[in-house]
Amino acid sequence: MKIAVASGKGGTGKTLVSTSLAASLSGQISLTFLDCDVEAPNAHLFLKPNFTIEEPVEVPIPEIDPERCTRCGRCVEVCQYNALAKIGDQMLVFSQLCHSCGSCTLVCPEDAIHEIGKPIGTLREGHTASGISFLNGELSIGEPMPTPVIREVKKAAPAESPLTIIDCPPGASCSVVTSIHDADYVILVTEPTPFGWHDLKQMMGVLDQTGTPAGIVINRDGIGDQAIEDQLAALSLPILMRIPFREDIAANLARGDLLTDIRPEYREAFQTLYRQIIEQTQRSAA
Amino acid sequence: MILFITAQGKTLEDRFNTKFGRTPWFIQFNSETGDWEAFENTATAQAHGAGVAAAQFLIDRGAQSTISGHFGPNAYQALSTAGISMLTQTDDSKSVQEVIDLWQAGQLETVH
Repeated sequence: MKIAVASGKGGTGKTLVSTSLAASLSGQISLTFLDCDVEAPNAHLFLKPNFTIEEPVEVPIPEIDPERCTRCGRCVEVCQYNALAKIGDQMLVFSQLCHSCGSCTLVCPEDAIHEIGKPIGTLREGHTASGISFLNGELSIGEPMPTPVIREVKKAAPAESPLTIIDCPPGASCSVVTSIHDADYVILVTEPTPFGWHDLKQMMGVLDQTGTPAGIVINRDGIGDQAIEDQLAALSLPILMRIPFREDIAANLARGDLLTDIRPEYREAFQTLYRQIIEQTQRSAA
Repeated sequence: MILFITAQGKTLEDRFNTKFGRTPWFIQFNSETGDWEAFENTATAQAHGAGVAAAQFLIDRGAQSTISGHFGPNAYQALSTAGISMLTQTDDSKSVQEVIDLWQAGQLETVH
């Protein structure tokens, strides 16, 4: 079972919900936590894993052997990303534009191109004190493509884990799609504001395409207005939980405390939420 | 001198464009003969690397100098490697002809 936690809008509480769910279930089920928000991974600040493995994430980029290269320019023509340029006698590789498709290497008639690894981020693996297998990825500053790092995090995750919880990046584009694409269920975290509502609709548009069953958690319940509440209530997706907007919760979260430690009653609430998800996925599979 | 100027349209009377990679048109201008020709910039359709594609187009057409408003880092690297001088002009209310006049009067800044 893979549960992804997404939102569209940033700062709605994806990490709050994903870490609370993980902490609530950690004694009951063997679980893996993937922090796929590789541009700003911070779930580890709540779950506090002990990282034991740290390795670079690399993508293949072309390296051109100037001795073998005849400057025929076929690699420049074939590149859909304009990552190569032929300037007189010189070949330039723009590694940040390269999508690692391998076409240049394939078409080179002189076998002058081979691929070298270019580090674009870091993969970390470890365990929490409660036994959660924890992985995260971090994209290096200045690197434009998060998806290869997300793919590496997912690839490094133990395949046989009974439950995997995926903390997704914000937005509704490539990095989110990569994060949720093999999920069995998506929890959409939103807040009852025009901003939360607008971006939630973006994410529901993504889920229309993937067909993944989903449910909603409303965070900061009580802020915003009734019109948004009415629109949320009219959705076909179930509202799984409401987390009220409370100063004491916010203050303790800001210190890096888990919601389930601040308010232990949430442990049971998240266990119930998990059971609801299991039932909903069984229903939609039937 | 073969000069390429970024332009909104395909004549000297059209307005100057300040984007390099995604300019709709390039006007190729020969300062010795006064001949000119317009080229539609196919790089605008590219999702990625328009600057490199536009630079490659200029390089392949034998450009020696180019005038635009702003050159991105990739275009800058390609153009400077090719030895094409880059001049800037940020006022896009001027026509291509007016920009050429400014260039001939030596009033444009070179990018270093």
